[in-house]
Amino acid sequence: MTDNKPLLEIQGIGKAFGGVQALEDVEFHLEKASINGLIGPNGAGKTTLFNVITGIFPPDSGQIRFAGKSIQALEVHERVRTGIARTFQNVELFESMSVLENILVGMYTRTRSGMIESILRLAHTRREEKQARDRAMELLEFVGLQDYAHQKSSDLPFGWQRLVELARALAAEPRLLLLDEPAAGLNISETNQLGDLILEICSRGITILLVEHDMSLTMSISDQIVVLDQGKKIAEGPPRDIQANEAVVEAYLGKGKN
Amino acid sequence: MQDKSTYILYTIFTLGICLLGWSIDNSYYLQLLIFIGLNTLLALSLNMLMGYAGQISLGHAAFYGIGAYVTAVLTTTYQVPPLLALPAAVGAAMLIAWIVGMPTLRLSGYYLGMGTLGFGMIVHIVFREWSSVTGGASGFVGIPPLEIGSLSFTSDKAYFFLVWIVVLLVIIMCRRIIDSRVGRALRSIHDGEKAAAAVGVDTRTLKLQVFVLSAGIAALAGFLYAHLIYFISPGTFGFMASIRIVTMVVIGGMASVWGALFGASLLTLLPEWLHAFSEFEMVVYGLILMTVMIFMPRGLTRGLLDIYQRYRKHHDR
Amino acid sequence: MQEILQYLFSGITNGAIYAVIALGFSMLYSSTDLINFAHGEFVMLGALCMVSLSLGMGFSLLPAFFFTVLIVAAAGMIFERLAIRSVRHPEPIVLIIITVGASIFLRGLGMLVWGKDAYSMPQFWDLPPIDIAGARLLPQSIWILLIVTALTVGLQIFYRKTLTGKAMIACAVNKKAAWIVGIPFKWMVLLAFGLATGLGAVAGASIAPITMSSYDMGTMLGLKGFCAAMLGGLGSLWGAILGGFLLGILEAMGVGFVSSGLKDATAFLLLLLVLYVRPQGIIGAADVKRF
Ligand SMILES: Nc1ncnc2c1ncn2[C@@H]1O[C@H](COP(=O)(O)OP(=O)(O)OP(=O)(O)O)[C@@H](O)[C@H]1O
Ligand SMILES: [Mg+2]
Repeated sequence: MTDNKPLLEIQGIGKAFGGVQALEDVEFHLEKASINGLIGPNGAGKTTLFNVITGIFPPDSGQIRFAGKSIQALEVHERVRTGIARTFQNVELFESMSVLENILVGMYTRTRSGMIESILRLAHTRREEKQARDRAMELLEFVGLQDYAHQKSSDLPFGWQRLVELARALAAEPRLLLLDEPAAGLNISETNQLGDLILEICSRGITILLVEHDMSLTMSISDQIVVLDQGKKIAEGPPRDIQANEAVVEAYLGKGKN
Repeated sequence: MQDKSTYILYTIFTLGICLLGWSIDNSYYLQLLIFIGLNTLLALSLNMLMGYAGQISLGHAAFYGIGAYVTAVLTTTYQVPPLLALPAAVGAAMLIAWIVGMPTLRLSGYYLGMGTLGFGMIVHIVFREWSSVTGGASGFVGIPPLEIGSLSFTSDKAYFFLVWIVVLLVIIMCRRIIDSRVGRALRSIHDGEKAAAAVGVDTRTLKLQVFVLSAGIAALAGFLYAHLIYFISPGTFGFMASIRIVTMVVIGGMASVWGALFGASLLTLLPEWLHAFSEFEMVVYGLILMTVMIFMPRGLTRGLLDIYQRYRKHHDR
Repeated sequence: MQEILQYLFSGITNGAIYAVIALGFSMLYSSTDLINFAHGEFVMLGALCMVSLSLGMGFSLLPAFFFTVLIVAAAGMIFERLAIRSVRHPEPIVLIIITVGASIFLRGLGMLVWGKDAYSMPQFWDLPPIDIAGARLLPQSIWILLIVTALTVGLQIFYRKTLTGKAMIACAVNKKAAWIVGIPFKWMVLLAFGLATGLGAVAGASIAPITMSSYDMGTMLGLKGFCAAMLGGLGSLWGAILGGFLLGILEAMGVGFVSSGLKDATAFLLLLLVLYVRPQGIIGAADVKRF
């Protein structure tokens, strides 16, 4: 873990939907155990980039390397196994299941018992299940929802559902965590708590790519920021530089005037 | 939490079987209960696929038939002991399910439906046309009774206990799967396939596994059926038989193990109670399938329970 | 040689029917993303209506044909309005069960109305078979080919030239956008159902003279039509035509040269093969997804 190669390398990624060029020649690197903001006006292509990184759809051009290896050939679930986890902009929890069960599904790639083991319920299967449950409870404690473990996930308020999703993503023990607007729907104190959580996650060695419209949050916790506008990267650098960057201001204000 | 109530249910279930088995001597009623048991197995098998993997098989009777014909041919034509024929019958169905499921499960839910529909018809044709092996349209006669060691299942009562013990074991097996890592992953596919994959669930492999398991349970029921009545014919395993299984699951409620028992009982008893039923069977099943799915897409018992719960919530306030 | 020609004739005739049934599947799929498992039953209704109207009620050919298509298309639209539109969660499994339910409902209804007997009726042209190089070509086959050609041309004109047809393509390509520009989506779905089941009726009415029609003929025909649609590429007009003829001819050759027991298995084996090798079909409508 001591080499200094970047964890994620995005190289010349392009993606079009029909006539819409959602991403165009996007290129950047993420250093290990860093927090990286990905910002840009609505429709800039942020979620699309997440979808490309997680393999939901293939890019039209370009390469993605994770921990030094190309992940082009990996399917969605295999990318989770190699260490990329995400949350969704529109929370996508498993509605018929309890909060705890949602987290347990998140552990799928880190647990092993198959169908036959689950029928036989041998000692090691039971042990794995117990460990998984304990770990899931720890994660719920981490996001502060341990008291709601047995509630149906769809019964929680929206902001808390986001936290469940965060815990579910962490359950996959990722090395890279992609967060798509985690603060949307949270109030100010909840947002501050979220900021602390993200810092805490990063301090455990997990690299974070954060899409967030709440600028004060993004600017305060990010080490590095990438700005997208209409599918193109228009700036990259530490928060201080980005705030002073004319192209960025232009992109946001230009949009604002319309 | 869940465990306690589950064990209570198992106990009630076991006591129920014992009570029925010891108190009933009338062979008509015993036969009826045996058929309910077999249908429960079929409903359970399809329920795993429909309720938990969100996929549908419109040819499940074919797997039922494969179980029955494989054991019939092995035990009668080749004198193989039933205990060895059992794994062959179940294994054959599972292998075939794997072959059919491989290509179709990669695609959207429609394709397994169409694939299994066509598959069911072909299997039915094979049973009917391959008369040198299957006995053709007139059926296969002379299947030996089940004898395992010194145990012989020739009386209705013995068969009743055998079938219902198997049902209990299969119920326990299904519940265990559902409450396990694999079962949760399956339910997650039903809730949202895209999200499930994004969380790391290998949806295609899991769906295939459940389909294969489901075919295996259906074949087990077919095995029991063949050694129950010693005679099988293609008519038992046709398209309508597959539809009957789907209807049991739809009535029993998808994703409910106990609902399968209810659906199977109802559809076994209905034709017995209403003798004019056979004329209207298709119309009635068609109406049931359409109305239940339109108004209660998670099945009849589930739908009614949901309505009841909503009503209670409303009144508590 | 003479034999091959004979098989070819019967293959082309059946193929044309499969093509028309496949067209129904494909056009419904392309505009609603739905596969109607009851489609074959509308073919059955078409055949039996045709028999009843022309034999039972003494209608002459054209009116009988016309009313058959009208009645069945109306039934299809009623089905859409009552069953499909009421569905709150249009997941595949729910829609499959509903259309399968409709399928056996219609089958049961067919049995109650027409009984379990099989019916036959005279050909549209009551002429003797035509002798071509020793092989017999039924005049009805020529009829069927004419009908397929007319339908293909008609559908092309409908989709390319009329406003409604273009609107339907727009719905198929992008529902939301179509809704935004003011295309009445619900009406389009209803119309698509009417057209698709109408196509089924055409297929049924056209084969009534050359087959024995009975209440249980629909499922197999539906399956073969679906197989043809998949073979060519589900959602494509030319794919449906190509797939239909290909299936018809392969099936006839299979019967001729391998065994007649194989006839109904051909379609299914082809279906599995297509799903394995090339699920988007020969023409590959997966990307095109339009007529
Ligand atoms: N699956 C898709 N099909 C067609 N177009 C898409 C799809 N996904 C995204 N787009 C288009 O790509 C562009 C970029 O969308 P994207 O969702 O990536 O933006 P975003 O930066 O996440 O915006 P927001 O801040 O609103 O979430 C938009 O024009 C969008 O309409
Ligand atoms: Mg977004």
